[in-house]
Amino acid sequence: MPVPALVLAIVAVAFFALPLVGLIWRAPWSNAWTYLTADTALTALRLSMVTSLCSTALSIVFGVPLAWLLARVDFPGRGAVRALCLLSMVLPPVVGGVALFFALGRRGLVGQYLDQWFGITLPFTTAGVVVAQTFVAMPFLVITVEAALRQLDPRLEDASRTLGASRWYTFRRVTLPAIRPALTAGAVLAWARALGEFGATITFAGNFPGTTQTMPLAVYLSLETNPEEAIVLALLMIAISFIVLVGLRDRWFGAVGRPAQVAA
Amino acid sequence: MPLAITLTVVGAAGWRQLYPSRRFPPNSSRLTNVRNVRTKFIAAAMIVALLAASCGADDAPPVGDATLTVFAAASLTAAFTELGDAFTAENPDAEVTVNFAGSSDLVAQITEGAPVDVFASADLANMAKLTDAGLDGDDPVVFATNLAEIIVEPGNPTGITGVADLADGDLVVVQCAPEVPCGSYAEQIFANAGVAVTPSSFEENVKAVVTKVVLGEADAGIVYRTDVIAAGDDADGVTIGDDVNVVAEYPIVSIADAPNPVGARAFVDFVLSPAGQEILAAFGFGSP
Repeated sequence: MPVPALVLAIVAVAFFALPLVGLIWRAPWSNAWTYLTADTALTALRLSMVTSLCSTALSIVFGVPLAWLLARVDFPGRGAVRALCLLSMVLPPVVGGVALFFALGRRGLVGQYLDQWFGITLPFTTAGVVVAQTFVAMPFLVITVEAALRQLDPRLEDASRTLGASRWYTFRRVTLPAIRPALTAGAVLAWARALGEFGATITFAGNFPGTTQTMPLAVYLSLETNPEEAIVLALLMIAISFIVLVGLRDRWFGAVGRPAQVAA
Repeated sequence: MPLAITLTVVGAAGWRQLYPSRRFPPNSSRLTNVRNVRTKFIAAAMIVALLAASCGADDAPPVGDATLTVFAAASLTAAFTELGDAFTAENPDAEVTVNFAGSSDLVAQITEGAPVDVFASADLANMAKLTDAGLDGDDPVVFATNLAEIIVEPGNPTGITGVADLADGDLVVVQCAPEVPCGSYAEQIFANAGVAVTPSSFEENVKAVVTKVVLGEADAGIVYRTDVIAAGDDADGVTIGDDVNVVAEYPIVSIADAPNPVGARAFVDFVLSPAGQEILAAFGFGSP
């Protein structure tokens, strides 16, 4: 590798490593276990895990059909629809939270009917957290899966259909295995994004320990009272994310570029 | 910037010298090697020059020590914006920038080394964090007081009459997080009144509580009287009885090792002066 490019790459690695090193350097290792097993930490962690997994599940259930629609079906205005669905990726999360407020809040466009007719309120509930996280995380899954679907050779599916398989069977046994790397990568991206969501959560769902206080919120608030606790919680989140990312390894990068492979 | 322009012009002139005509001789063995080396050099020089010019300091003459950075509690938003304008009107060289957030948030930033000249807190506890860390330039002085009040939607649709009504489980009540001054005042008020209130959310600053009520998401919140006044027609207030209410004391201090110590002291003096006190009173603050 040419030396100037290598230098720039090393600077980039240092740029990412430095904040982590800074955290580790300031971490109160003697008190770390106390903070990790404290009520706030465990409650926030459990809530974060539950909500992020729910958001990921919702993203998969709704995101894969959406990706299919955007990749396979040619309809007028497809570009605009795609931009609309991916908008929350570029929106600042707080803006997303405010927008969700005006749509699904107690006086919101749709929210007021949810409240009046069904008695469902989303703000200040765990369901609201899941909604906010799904709003920001789903585009990551959609974009990854759509790319994979585009690259998938439709003749494989055609062959399956001509051999007598139903559409659902084809989807289940031919398409899904072929896009599995992309689907995995997209799901992990969505999960990571949902886990780290702060702005939309605190704006839309609020902050209450046990109901809506996820790990990022807990870290932010403890930074004001007890920076040591905040550092320990932050390191915990980093450790979890790191383990997941390292565990994926090559599947991460091979997801979108590799030609599709069909399960026998 | 002038350096970038010079280099770009020189680079362009050099380019023109090499290639007087528009059409480059394709793959001409005579010129290819030379062209490749010179092209890369000129392009690299131009890019480096532009980057250096844009990333470096701007070439306008420095403004000097006339900028003043103030960190103020969220409840002081309207008052300190006007105080900043009035201070600039009296001292035309000064440029006042105010950062509003929850007092606990601001103290955390200052203790981590944010370059600040003046800090105005909404309670003495958060100011104590600053003095304990040894970051106060002078002794903090209380410059204003405030009273807590219950904020409700216009017309008070839920019919709240006092703190005791907030214990109703059907109401959506929000308050500030306990480490933020208005949150700790709220907890004191609930303790004084002997009611157990379970809020739906702990917000990071008092303005977030106001927003939730104004937008109709929450039925009630504990904020300051000045916030209810600032909300105008968008919200109504329900007074809290004097027997349970707390008086919020707002201290102000200049920061030790401030970037602009002279300006800091001048601003603190201005806030404590009759002119400053008049502005604060106009927004509903009480005298210290």
